[in-house]
Amino acid sequence: MREIVTRIKEITGSIASLHATGVGLGELAEIQSPGRKTLGQVIRVSGDVVTLQVFGGTKGLSTNDHVRFLGHPMQVKYGESMLGRIFNGSGVPIDGGPEPVEEDIPIGGPSFNPANRIIAKQMIRTNIPMIDVFNSLVVSQKLPIFSIPGEPYNQVLARVGMQAEADIIILGGMGLKFDDYTFFKETFEASGVMNRVIMFIHQASDPVVECLLVPDMALAVAERFAEAGRRVLTLLTDMTSFSDALKEISISMEQIPSNRGYPGDLYSQLASRYEKAVDIEGLGDITILAVTTMPGDDVTHPVPDNTGYITEGQFYLHNGVIDPFGSLSRLKQNVVSKVTREDHNDIMNAMIRLYSDCRESRNKIAMGFKLSKWDETLLAYGEDFEKELMALEVNIPIEEALDLCWDILARHFDAIQTGMKDHLVEKYWPKKASGEKNAA
Amino acid sequence: MSVSGKVVAAYGNMITASFETDVQQNEVAYVITGDRKLKSEVIRVRGTVCDMQVFEDTRDIKVGDPVEFTGNLLVVELGPGLLEQIYDGLQNPLPQLAQQSGLFLKRGIYLDCLDRSKQWEFTPAAKVGDSVQAGDVLGTVPEGIFEHKIFVPFDFIGTAKVKKVAEKGSYTVAETVAEVEDEKGEMHNLTMVQEWPIKIALAKYKERILPVEPLVTGCRIIDTFYPVAKGGTACIPGPFGSGKTVLQQLISRYANVDIIIVAACGERAGEVVETLREFPHLKDPYTGKTLMERTIIICNTSSMPVAAREASIYTAVTLGEYYRQMGLNVLLLADSTSRWAQALREMSGRLEEIPGEEAFPAYLQTRIAEFYERAGYVTLEDGSKGSVSIIGTVSPAGGNFEEPVTQGTLAVVGAFLGLTWARSNARRFPAIDPLISWSKYVEQMKETLDKIDPNWVAMVKDAQKMIFAGDEIKKRMDVVGEEGTSLADFIIYLKAELIDAVYLQQNAFDDVDAYNTMERQVYVFKKLTEVLRKEITAQDKEDARQIFFRLTALIKNWNSSEWESDDFKKFEEQINEFIGS
Ligand SMILES: Nc1ncnc2c1ncn2[C@@H]1O[C@H](COP(=O)(O)OP(=O)(O)OP(=O)(O)O)[C@@H](O)[C@H]1O
Ligand SMILES: [Mg+2]
Repeated sequence: MREIVTRIKEITGSIASLHATGVGLGELAEIQSPGRKTLGQVIRVSGDVVTLQVFGGTKGLSTNDHVRFLGHPMQVKYGESMLGRIFNGSGVPIDGGPEPVEEDIPIGGPSFNPANRIIAKQMIRTNIPMIDVFNSLVVSQKLPIFSIPGEPYNQVLARVGMQAEADIIILGGMGLKFDDYTFFKETFEASGVMNRVIMFIHQASDPVVECLLVPDMALAVAERFAEAGRRVLTLLTDMTSFSDALKEISISMEQIPSNRGYPGDLYSQLASRYEKAVDIEGLGDITILAVTTMPGDDVTHPVPDNTGYITEGQFYLHNGVIDPFGSLSRLKQNVVSKVTREDHNDIMNAMIRLYSDCRESRNKIAMGFKLSKWDETLLAYGEDFEKELMALEVNIPIEEALDLCWDILARHFDAIQTGMKDHLVEKYWPKKASGEKNAA
Repeated sequence: MSVSGKVVAAYGNMITASFETDVQQNEVAYVITGDRKLKSEVIRVRGTVCDMQVFEDTRDIKVGDPVEFTGNLLVVELGPGLLEQIYDGLQNPLPQLAQQSGLFLKRGIYLDCLDRSKQWEFTPAAKVGDSVQAGDVLGTVPEGIFEHKIFVPFDFIGTAKVKKVAEKGSYTVAETVAEVEDEKGEMHNLTMVQEWPIKIALAKYKERILPVEPLVTGCRIIDTFYPVAKGGTACIPGPFGSGKTVLQQLISRYANVDIIIVAACGERAGEVVETLREFPHLKDPYTGKTLMERTIIICNTSSMPVAAREASIYTAVTLGEYYRQMGLNVLLLADSTSRWAQALREMSGRLEEIPGEEAFPAYLQTRIAEFYERAGYVTLEDGSKGSVSIIGTVSPAGGNFEEPVTQGTLAVVGAFLGLTWARSNARRFPAIDPLISWSKYVEQMKETLDKIDPNWVAMVKDAQKMIFAGDEIKKRMDVVGEEGTSLADFIIYLKAELIDAVYLQQNAFDDVDAYNTMERQVYVFKKLTEVLRKEITAQDKEDARQIFFRLTALIKNWNSSEWESDDFKKFEEQINEFIGS
């Protein structure tokens, strides 16, 4: 290992600079302070001045500290023994276990050659009807959950993690509160999936630069597992914290912000992570489900806005449920009624159309207009729809959920009112529904 | 002679290098780091150093790394074999790259843009003794259904005498097909391949003329209401998920042009995959060949290097200009120009230039204008006509059109097809909002359009008026309720809704409805006008609503019936009965 040892000259924010030569962009440095060691990455070289982004933060760093360059960029461990383990944003175990003896792999690698991509066409079952039936998650999809702070987004994420068909679950936590971190850990342990989980956790109290490394480490490991034929589900929460970390660092680098303080390359930064989602022909795949909290419930805020331009749809979490309006899986058309049951497409559309009518009837109530008989029917339907399908506790396979859709329809409507095609009605309309109406 | 230099500073994708003797603004240089050569472009010169944007990941670059200046601007290779290719923003062929370097893109690998082993059937056109100049035709080779012209290089200076021309036969692009002697008596071996700098417009034509021929996209709301001309420009701004990409994909399938260039600029890789996997199997509605045979894909998606993204739209438009030189009509679809503008912004930030609005550089507007100005309808030296049309999407931050890229684009394009969430959330696709969109080509092409029908433009304007009137009534109705609206007004509102439902909206997933020929649009639109002019007598609003329900269903069925099929005739008859009654 080529080593250069030098001393720090300047410290601002999470940035330190020093004199050194022969150092490459992106190279890793180890800063040795009395009683602690932290890593830094070269982000700028100019003449013999080297600028470092210090992962552990610069608090307590002294001009007296020694810096050693390691001759390679940031790496992460990759291997089977990572499963079941928890690491921080620098890749150091925080679960009390030993450092895994595994291969070091670089993070933030090059993009997948678009010419090698294939059209996504496999569904991932989550057993959450609002996802499986109404906005199916597809292998290799990248999808965020747009949520106001305070909504149960981590609960949804954990549930998808536990229930989704995937070989490996990689959780990247950014700015995670201690409670949330504990929640994930306990939930995965209690449900017995922990042996398929790898967690990279940056907690709210950890140094901000480590936050930036989390998605890169999570996705570098995911990529290698996918190349080895494994189906990987990557959960990232919360990408708004990640973006805020970018903002903080770019401002301390005196970059000119583009929009509400965020750097002009926010889009590219987010995209280079989300685009790691991939289905590798004949091998494994990576699907990304992320959380993007929306400050002030404002979807035009730069983080959800840039995210929406990158991802393949979004789930809106509103009032504790996945809202069927605004939520969209752009890849669902690749699987709905193609790999799922033939009635999927039509029943999904009919249910949503009627539910949207129900909302209009509710508006009428709000406006003080008179309700018709039809409105009453819609209102009753909407209530059942929300209770039996939308509630987050509902946990049933898609086939059962489709049957339940038919059942709810038959309970409230005549077949003709639903606009469903005759051949589907013949085959699927329940002969005996659990309600007053049932004739087809 | 190449000049050498050394890296003196590096930050992000920008490096500063010292150089010996001279460098040229925008020349290509290679940074040599380890055993890799990384392509870069000089973007600023300051005394003895210059700033360069690197088209690759800059990891490992060190102060002192050697730099090789090439003396050449950033160029593309032009010649037979461009069609059906999938290139990155610098014209590196991605499938070949995949063969060579596996699943992931590796930096520092630059392959031949055109296949050097493929044989082309050359037929000479020039003769020994001819005097030729840049842009003159030496011969032709068939490329798919096109006659690909082999030109004297467009940067050839002065007049030359043809000394030798290859005989009819098979040659590779690199073989000499003509030997010419220039004015100084120097000999030049000309091949089928030449280079052209991407940031300079390839403008070897006699004159530019006003575009007056409609470019039919197959999309009714565009072709009928907000048409685009061959050689014209249009932009499609819209918030995320409003349907920009789907609309462009539809246009790429159905537009009545010879050649389509798809520039996937900083968007999702997954979307390009649909095009590149499906086009080889889909039929071109005009020639019956596969769509791939008329398509070039430039693919520099969002996770690929940002500087190459900036170059990608110039690469795309240069290839377009090249095929225009052959007298062909080319359509460039760029998705999304905002990502290109952001690439400019990133670089401008690194250069520490004084920022304009939203930190975009002050020259953003000029760059946008320069780009769209490369579109055009031209008369070539041999009298034939060719065109490059550009339709670019814009991805405005927060879906707000008052931002610099949208505004800068609106100032220079001929048509504005604005997508809104109001329409896409209501599943009214394509979500082009008729209340905000416009096209200057309606007036500009009036003479051509009125050949369709003497009253064509007038009819279109009438329908437009009705859409606006319907919207006014709707807004009032939202306040006072249906009760407070007169039956007459209510019927106008329903008529506007009818235009929307059966004409503006088009089902992209219905094999028939997805695409309408101009012939069909004219036929249907005239019928629709007839329906709209008809006085509707209804007892009350509910009755009126029912009438329009039936009418809507009828015309929708008509829309999804094959042109002139039995069903088509059947539904038309039913519509006629309806109007008659
Ligand atoms: N013509 C259409 N018919 C039916 N659905 C459509 C149509 N256009 C768009 N959609 C729906 O909207 C979704 C988003 O469309 P699209 O990808 O074109 O949006 P976009 O404007 O390009 O978004 P972004 O800016 O994020 O790239 C599609 O996945 C599809 O579900
Ligand atoms: Mg798009």
